[in-house]
Amino acid sequence: MSAASVPRPRAANFDVARIRRDFPILDQQVNGKPLVYLDNAASSQRPQSVIDAIDYYYAHDHANVHRGVHTLSQRATDAYEGARETIRGFINARSTKEIIYVRGTTEAINLVAQSYARPRFQPGDEILISALEHHANIVPWQLVCQQTGAQLKVIPISQTGEVDFAAFERLIGPRTRLLALAHISNALGTIVPVARFIARAKELKIPVLLDGAQAVPHSVVDVQALDCDFYCFSAHKMIGPTGFGVLYGRESLLDAMPPWQGGGDMILSVTFEKTTYNQLPWKFEAGTPHIAGAIGTAAAINYLQCIGMERIAAYEHELLDYATARVSSIPGVRIIGTSPQKASVLSFTMVGIHPHDIGTILDTEGVAVRTGHHCAMPVMDFFEVPATARASMSFYNTFEEIDRLVAALEHARKLLG
Amino acid sequence: MDLKDLYRDVIVDHNRHPRNFGKLEPADAHADGFNPLCGDKLSIYVNLDGDRIRDAKFEGSGCAISVASASLLTEAVKGKSRAEVQKLFDEVHTVLTQHDANVDAARLGKLAALSGVREFPARVKCASLCWHTLNAALQRASAPVTTE
Repeated sequence: MSAASVPRPRAANFDVARIRRDFPILDQQVNGKPLVYLDNAASSQRPQSVIDAIDYYYAHDHANVHRGVHTLSQRATDAYEGARETIRGFINARSTKEIIYVRGTTEAINLVAQSYARPRFQPGDEILISALEHHANIVPWQLVCQQTGAQLKVIPISQTGEVDFAAFERLIGPRTRLLALAHISNALGTIVPVARFIARAKELKIPVLLDGAQAVPHSVVDVQALDCDFYCFSAHKMIGPTGFGVLYGRESLLDAMPPWQGGGDMILSVTFEKTTYNQLPWKFEAGTPHIAGAIGTAAAINYLQCIGMERIAAYEHELLDYATARVSSIPGVRIIGTSPQKASVLSFTMVGIHPHDIGTILDTEGVAVRTGHHCAMPVMDFFEVPATARASMSFYNTFEEIDRLVAALEHARKLLG
Repeated sequence: MDLKDLYRDVIVDHNRHPRNFGKLEPADAHADGFNPLCGDKLSIYVNLDGDRIRDAKFEGSGCAISVASASLLTEAVKGKSRAEVQKLFDEVHTVLTQHDANVDAARLGKLAALSGVREFPARVKCASLCWHTLNAALQRASAPVTTE
């Protein structure tokens, strides 16, 4: 099949042109060409409504939260705590007590590592992760292992980039104290069928943490249906602000965990002899928080829900199928990550052209992709590549932009291939 | 930004057909260079005649700029003294990083082809990795021999 013969699908009921008008950053030239932004797995862009919500908050409502009787403090607190309810609904948590505000997925995982795992785990205990994890779901557990004498066990992946369930069944056992899995792989796009893994862990009463950084922007996430114990995600990958993220935790587990950081707002009373901690969720939120981050995230969720996560997932899947067919028809291209269940992430290499050269050449054509190891060096080692180029699509991308990507790749091939 | 300025014919040629590629066995000194941001890895091997580099080879994997730069380096430093190599490194570094630097093609020879890199700041490290690695190898070679 030649690259030109792949029919371009027509996305029914999806007015992408209208959506694109909501994202001011997309309307610009880069190196003299219209920007094609395909680095969404690293960080997405924001619609005007999110920018406006943050702007409005700073222009009209800002004061510190939970601290004053004055009007602005009340308004700020209402917006900040209102956002918690919006986020709760978005992932269907039982209660806002289970929604802990953090800086991002990385901090959420570190919080669980240091507050849940570290006080409990002992030599002989095992933490189970998979071979496709982002460094953020590897290194915090290595730290805990150093601190406690526990051991890190790794479920292997297949050549298609799927987590080996049979190997998982052999690895999980009485020593396993925690299963920590990516919901969707950032480097490969694999959608991990987490339900199967969680069901087995639950039979053994083993708690499960999911790294949802790549899943929340692209699919419906229901933490009750998943039956996971911790779920971690970042706002900036789901059209929200940077520096803000969420740790969902099962209330009974969060209740039993000591605070991670101490300071203002996480206490009920302090004397030099004894300090009483605040209730959930504030027990884990020491210091003045990222108030605008919470407000911007709520605005992002409102935007996503207006379109509908199912429709977003369906449209992005069409983009992925089209991009996969077109890019893989370029001679010398090898797609890294070919699981049948994938999110809109296309990692690839080209014979004779290093990914960094691809990245530079694409940039001169206005096309932004990520090149490198994607904070998943063990994944690169597994596929025996130093790095890949990665095009990651969002619902504001178009089929025409995929054509631009393919044309730029052809250009790279002519130049260096 | 003109791609043709970055990927000049000399660069493309040395990327496709790297010169002095491989190990020197035995080598008087060698060092490994690694750029953790992009994953470029290379090793440089040198044999010395007193103060002069008699032979230099490299191996590794990386982008076109890092491979071509290492290939050009091995050609350029053969027969040069440590002081001459240091001077050449300083000149290459200037060409890579300073927009208004004069490119003295007579002194730099083929290395002048690297001057296009300065229009692409994200790629300067690709071109300089091999030079830092050579420095590390030469410093190691000058370290006093121990019996430990």
